[in-house]
Amino acid sequence: MAHPLAADGGLAMINDVYAWLTDGSNWVGGSGDQALTRLYEHLLLTAVSVVMAIIVGLPLAVWLGHRGRGGTLAVNVSNIGRAIPIVALLALLSLGLFGSSVLGPFGRAGLATLVTLALFALPPIITNTWVGMREVDSDTIEAARGMGMSEGEVLRRVELPLALPIIFSGIRLAFVQVWATATIAALVAGPGLGRIITHGYDADDPAEIIAGALIVAVIALMLEVGLAGVQRLLDPVGRARRDTAKRDTRRGSDNRLPVGPTP
Amino acid sequence: MTPSLVPTPSSVHALAVDNCLTRNDWICGAYFSSSRVDALQTALLQHIGIVVASVVLGFVIAFPLALLGRRYRKLEALVVGTSTAIYTIPSLALFSLLVPLTGLGVETVVLGLGLYSLTILVRSMIDGLRAVPDDVRESALGMGYAPARLLWRVELPLALPTIMGGVRVATVSAVALTTVGAILDYGGLGSLLIEGSSTNFKAQVLFTSFMCVALAVALDLLLVGLQRWLTPWRRTAASR
Repeated sequence: MAHPLAADGGLAMINDVYAWLTDGSNWVGGSGDQALTRLYEHLLLTAVSVVMAIIVGLPLAVWLGHRGRGGTLAVNVSNIGRAIPIVALLALLSLGLFGSSVLGPFGRAGLATLVTLALFALPPIITNTWVGMREVDSDTIEAARGMGMSEGEVLRRVELPLALPIIFSGIRLAFVQVWATATIAALVAGPGLGRIITHGYDADDPAEIIAGALIVAVIALMLEVGLAGVQRLLDPVGRARRDTAKRDTRRGSDNRLPVGPTP
Repeated sequence: MTPSLVPTPSSVHALAVDNCLTRNDWICGAYFSSSRVDALQTALLQHIGIVVASVVLGFVIAFPLALLGRRYRKLEALVVGTSTAIYTIPSLALFSLLVPLTGLGVETVVLGLGLYSLTILVRSMIDGLRAVPDDVRESALGMGYAPARLLWRVELPLALPTIMGGVRVATVSAVALTTVGAILDYGGLGSLLIEGSSTNFKAQVLFTSFMCVALAVALDLLLVGLQRWLTPWRRTAASR
């Protein structure tokens, strides 16, 4: 049997997707698992798991960076995270430790999904925070100490403000990654917008698949662009630098770390 | 595909035999029946094939883009911007959006993963080429190197460690992301993993998860070896 997705194409498909997206009953109503509920689940999962990762990872990395320790851990945690498929971790956690029962507004396998997402949010936060702390000019820190600042003051008033742009770009990366990862959660057991896509495949409904994918992709891009904007607003040093000298052609959004791993 | 990958407690066999399969243990020797080993082998080969094809595809597209991007700054911004946007799109959505173009086959998975590799590779290529010291380039030009020879004999070798760094990241990411191809029935080990997850088959979930990570580590080590072999001068420099 020819699959509708393979056979159909072009204008008819666009019409179907448009019809799906503009049909109110796909967004609200009925059994409670319509798009709006999924969207709410997805946003809630993303936000809560990133906050969980920040609470755990940020103080750890700030302390390690301040003391100049744990470099191997901070750098390699990203490489390790990259090698573990989300599907695998979520499947292991939902079959084992946490089970796949419904957790309040988080939906099916809520706890396993939350923990998995938080674990995937940790690496960019830890790595960026650590590198940001280490990249603060050591002369500046010496000068602050020379001015009679205590260790705590050096940390709060010199190192943290200077490291903030890189820390924030780590959090931004975590947000965007977790948004993406939360979509994949649907493949296993998880809640979230990915369910629309997987439901589309199960029901052989191309319009639903494409519509779900569009919702997920558009919001992912909005998150990326929006957070980059927030980052530019929050970065007074970078803004001042851009205003005075335009020698740096790279935008503030390129603040993230180089993609190559450190061997 | 064997019909009874799952322990079914209601079946006659399950009532008769008490082993780790019927108990649904995480680790289970009886899991490795010959039919399952065959299925694992097929899945592993498919997984490797998808990863290699997608990274090669990404590399082939990224190389000319990086050369152009290096020359024209405006183009670089466009290339990096577009590929970052692609990278932002979750894999499940990207595969689904490609389906109307490339169908429900393995091509969609390879193309999607190739686009992710492209992002990483373009950046590492541009960074690597740009990090070649200007005086090295000047000397080569002064010695009469033509642009093509300069690229192949001087710039690329010097940029190789950075480029290989990109290839490693792309490969390891591709191993993990291939599992998502299971939605199109081309997920390599991911297909078995998700099947195991949906049927609550612990031994299969644990072993295929382990295989995914092991594959990523193995390919990464292979690439480290390749890099050492391609850059013998760095070894001598390090041992001095």
